[in-house]
Amino acid sequence: MKIRLRFRDISFDIVNYVLLALLGFITLYPFINLLAVSLNDPLDTVRGQVYFFPNKFTLDNFKIVFDDSALYMAGLRSILRTVVGTFLSVICTMMLAYTLTRKDFILRKSINLIMIVSMYVTGGIIPSYLLIKGLGLTNSFWVYILPGLIGVFNVIIMRTAMEGLPEGLIESARIEGANDFQVLFRIILPISLPVLATVTLFNSVGHWNSWFDNYLYNTRDNLNLLQYELMKILLQSTSQMVNNASSTGYVDSDAVKNVTPEAIRATMTVIVTFPILLVYPFLQKYFIKGALIGAVKE
Amino acid sequence: MSLSTSPRTSTKLFTKLRSQYQLLIMSVPFVVLLIIFSYIPLWGWLMAFQKYSPGKGIWKSPWVGFDNFVTLFHDERFFLVLRNTLVMSGLSLVTGFVGAILLALLLNEVRHSFFKRTIQTVTYIPHFVSMVVIANIVLTFLAPEGIINALLLKLGILNESVFIMGKGELFWFINTLVGLWKELGWSTIIYLAVLAGINPDLYEAADVDGAGRFQKMWNISIPSLMPTAIILLILSMGNIINIGYESQFLLGNPLNLDYSEVLDLYALNLSFGSGEYSVGVALGIFKSIVSLLIVITVNFIAKKSSGIRLF
Repeated sequence: MKIRLRFRDISFDIVNYVLLALLGFITLYPFINLLAVSLNDPLDTVRGQVYFFPNKFTLDNFKIVFDDSALYMAGLRSILRTVVGTFLSVICTMMLAYTLTRKDFILRKSINLIMIVSMYVTGGIIPSYLLIKGLGLTNSFWVYILPGLIGVFNVIIMRTAMEGLPEGLIESARIEGANDFQVLFRIILPISLPVLATVTLFNSVGHWNSWFDNYLYNTRDNLNLLQYELMKILLQSTSQMVNNASSTGYVDSDAVKNVTPEAIRATMTVIVTFPILLVYPFLQKYFIKGALIGAVKE
Repeated sequence: MSLSTSPRTSTKLFTKLRSQYQLLIMSVPFVVLLIIFSYIPLWGWLMAFQKYSPGKGIWKSPWVGFDNFVTLFHDERFFLVLRNTLVMSGLSLVTGFVGAILLALLLNEVRHSFFKRTIQTVTYIPHFVSMVVIANIVLTFLAPEGIINALLLKLGILNESVFIMGKGELFWFINTLVGLWKELGWSTIIYLAVLAGINPDLYEAADVDGAGRFQKMWNISIPSLMPTAIILLILSMGNIINIGYESQFLLGNPLNLDYSEVLDLYALNLSFGSGEYSVGVALGIFKSIVSLLIVITVNFIAKKSSGIRLF
């Protein structure tokens, strides 16, 4: 009886570990494959499949992407948006969250109500578009920053973390004559680094990944972001495949040159994904806490 | 100090405001921003009852009552798009829900914390990757010369390569799988936290009684997850008509449009494609009302049947 139980236990473990490892593989494999394609000779990729490693290693694809001035500028804009947007969002979120931890604050209840309702009631995509157009924010860099400056979700995460801080600390600082700005930036900020890391991660990932505001509001090419450029390539490839599927006997004209849209697409995908993979493992232990606060309070 | 008719209360308010001026500086500008971008668009709902034209604006466009809603409910395309929206969100709701609980249970059974953490780290990654990147991956893998086609050819399942994204009938399936792949790991976080919080005494008592692993899972782990699961279910039910449009926008193409178009994209199309702004807004209002009704209904049912509720 006992032996049979133990046998069942072990076989369960084996099946479980295999299943989970398989899931891990399925999650990672697309990234590995794209990396291999981006490092492979484009003509070789057209001829046969690339699975795990490049067959004919080359850095040409990356050179082509980095030499393209439009893509280069889009990359700089994406970095600028992420840095400026995240910095402003985190500072502003922190200030708003702090005021909401002050129980005697006169507007506390009204602000809470305004925030919660805004999570459930939205005007929708077209009224928002008309508003932003009316405010003159179309074709401007600020449309990337201002509408999303305050994320209610992030305010809640920060407020919850600040409420968990020892009250005596803040109280004694106030007795010694510190004003609200000093309390926030000198006392609270240094001991709130975990939650700051969480909110910074959520914000920066959000900014880095955004493309729809670019698509909807900034129609001139001089404000394009990297994600949007990648989206344009995606749509081009899709429409080419649609055309090929509806006509017979096609010639892949680009394959004649030493560059293919597939290779460029893979390379850009790698470039766009890379920063996220770079920062993510280091912040992981912080943001899980943040995600839990968000989920519970939602 | 004050010219108001009730000097005492207004003076008190004034002193309080003055003593809290720093808090006001720290909050009012951002609340104003929130009001501008979240509440002023609600004003645009009026457009649904007008024949709006961008040239005249909301002040001068003629009023037409409920005509736009009538147009919408007589539009065959609207019902097609509604079907797509409901089917896709239903599929992703069910698969995501079951998948997350299943994966959390499996991860919870892993005793090597290094292995467990590695799997968690890896499966969280796609959550942070943009939909544009994911769509690129999908298109690359499903392209006629892509890896999936190569595999199916090798296995003899296909005789010639096909453009899988062009097969509309497959779109719901593909979209569901993609969503699952992206969010499965991330959605286990809350369940894992609940599982970690279960009193170990319960498992020990079950051990003493000779319970196997499946029995412990069935009788301890799953019941412990249920309250959280129900709350999350209520929350996501409200969004069943409100699924995003990113993946449908990026994975959609003219060949699969009858299966990939969802309400938001149709609203955009009506407004910017055909200039039917008012019908687009009417569609938005329809969506808001339906999701509100669903949340209230589900909340009511959950309260009656299990005592768990959201509000």
